[in-house]
Amino acid sequence: MRPMALVLKQPSVLPGFGLTLGFALFYFSLIVLIPLSGLFIKTSTLTWSQFVHTVTEPRALASYRLTFGASFLGALINGFFGSVVAWVLVRYRFPGRSIVDALVDLPFALPTAVAGITLTAIYSSNGWIGQYLEPLGLKIAFTPLGVLVALTFIGLPFVVRTVQPVLQDLDKEVEEAATTLGASRWQTVRAVIMPELWPALLTGMAMAFARSVGEYGSVIFIAGNMPLKSEITPLLIMTKLEQYDYAGATALGVVMLVASFLLVLMINLLQWWSSSRHTAR
Amino acid sequence: MSIQVEHVTKRFGTFTVLNDVSLHVQTGELIALLGPSGCGKTTLLRILAGLERPDEGKILLHGNEVTDRQITDRRVGFVFQHYALFRHMTVAENVSFGLRVLPKAQRPSPDKIQKKVNDLLALVQLQAMADRYPNQLSGGQRQRVALARALAVEPKMLLLDEPFGALDTKVRKELRRWLRRLHDELHITSILVTHDQEEALEAADRVVVMHQGRIEQAGTPEEVYEHPATPFVYRFLGDVNVFHGRIAHDETVHEEMERELPPGADSSGEHEVTFVRPHDLELSPTRTTTAQLEATVRFVIAAGSRVRIELMSKDSSQTIEVELTKERYRELKLRQGDVVFVHPKQQQTFRMPGPSSG
Repeated sequence: MRPMALVLKQPSVLPGFGLTLGFALFYFSLIVLIPLSGLFIKTSTLTWSQFVHTVTEPRALASYRLTFGASFLGALINGFFGSVVAWVLVRYRFPGRSIVDALVDLPFALPTAVAGITLTAIYSSNGWIGQYLEPLGLKIAFTPLGVLVALTFIGLPFVVRTVQPVLQDLDKEVEEAATTLGASRWQTVRAVIMPELWPALLTGMAMAFARSVGEYGSVIFIAGNMPLKSEITPLLIMTKLEQYDYAGATALGVVMLVASFLLVLMINLLQWWSSSRHTAR
Repeated sequence: MSIQVEHVTKRFGTFTVLNDVSLHVQTGELIALLGPSGCGKTTLLRILAGLERPDEGKILLHGNEVTDRQITDRRVGFVFQHYALFRHMTVAENVSFGLRVLPKAQRPSPDKIQKKVNDLLALVQLQAMADRYPNQLSGGQRQRVALARALAVEPKMLLLDEPFGALDTKVRKELRRWLRRLHDELHITSILVTHDQEEALEAADRVVVMHQGRIEQAGTPEEVYEHPATPFVYRFLGDVNVFHGRIAHDETVHEEMERELPPGADSSGEHEVTFVRPHDLELSPTRTTTAQLEATVRFVIAAGSRVRIELMSKDSSQTIEVELTKERYRELKLRQGDVVFVHPKQQQTFRMPGPSSG
């Protein structure tokens, strides 16, 4: 042990640690910390009771429920189907595979407003899919269900793109070993493949979730934006901004920020735990 | 369990990996499939395990055809070259995997599984490692865990795919002897795939030499080493000096081949190639009736139990390797640049199609 309790710099033959650390911190402050602290400073113009009132009014509470609930559900759906898509893309060779592979990125690249309008057109009561769902009593556009559809759409690439490389690296021999030991396909997936996949899957889901919480463009078109029913928090913030209630908007922003941060932190811890559980200790 | 492979052919695309291979393995035998990489030995093993399907031919285990049966019905233990351990499970969990995935009705009680795991870990001498993870073990230990894991399901045959291929020489030597002892204890019909001729000759009851998807020769280690059936086997099992037609007909080397043939090829377009092992060559300081091939000493490698000498033939500038006992080497007092005369004590000649080359 060195006498100093905190040694930031590990001796290394490669130079540049100080420079890169300094630059990284500066850049991080400029891009992330300063704008975020601005959010807190603006919010602090409110008194505590004003703050509590703003962030706990029924309309705000309903919007949190929808935003976080739909994001969470969307992340779960993407976790399952995104894994299946990644699995198919990695394990099977079929005509048009590279096109499908490229299409997965589309929700990344598409302007979110375009996605929102397209989804609305398809799922509205006279749209391609909506017209068949309507008689079944399923209304998607302009309901919370529409929010879920939009958030599922934009979250898909996150899961596929994080799971795909892990599946690619998965040793096929390990699966064969399980099979020769008498494991069924399902047992192999559950006991051999899933433990390897968990960390990546959790990361992908966390990213999809984080993205969904902040999503605005694609949701507002399909949601219908009825207060207390299908209004997401980002829209509520926009509404407040339009009414020049900047402090109120930032107050909601702070709530979103803290909640998102805690959730992402939790998922990161979970992921760290699941990846370190089985290795050196 | 006896294994019968009958006329098995396997193609990957246009490439024929296995070409009409037939092989019988007796119950309790340890067979080595030996050959260079790409000769089809691993594919044959995978077909036996049910991991690949043959394009033609049949596999019979204990007289029953299993060609189209599921892997899980075959009761095989498979050991992979790169261990293929489940890295998120402890050693004990790895070993018990095959028991834990059994259908509930056949699954032993946790106590019994625990006992079995302990017994198997004792067998592979890894009791102390039960709670470790695979990445905390050395290569040799990992492979022993893989073997214990394969044995846990009480397989009727054990298939080992280059099990020691990724280990260093000393460890592989130890493990190969250990495997042989283990086989003598358990008597499970085993097939060992290897490209290491020493490993095959030392561990196996019978050695099957494969080349380009075909079986070149099958026999006891002694048979294949002493009486190779084909030039390939001769070359593959140990060092060998190859004398092509021109020298083969040089009566100085082979009196029995004093036939009137043009150098290099006979009328049918075949040529003869003679193989002599380095230790089957004798040197003499002077020209005698038998030793007439003149050569110069290029290198002497005296380290080791035998002395290896590299000669250069005077006529063809070909390199000739000779192995002498220490005593003989001292008698001859050989030094670099000396001229000696070579004479084979034992040799084997094959007729090969095509013109003399390589």
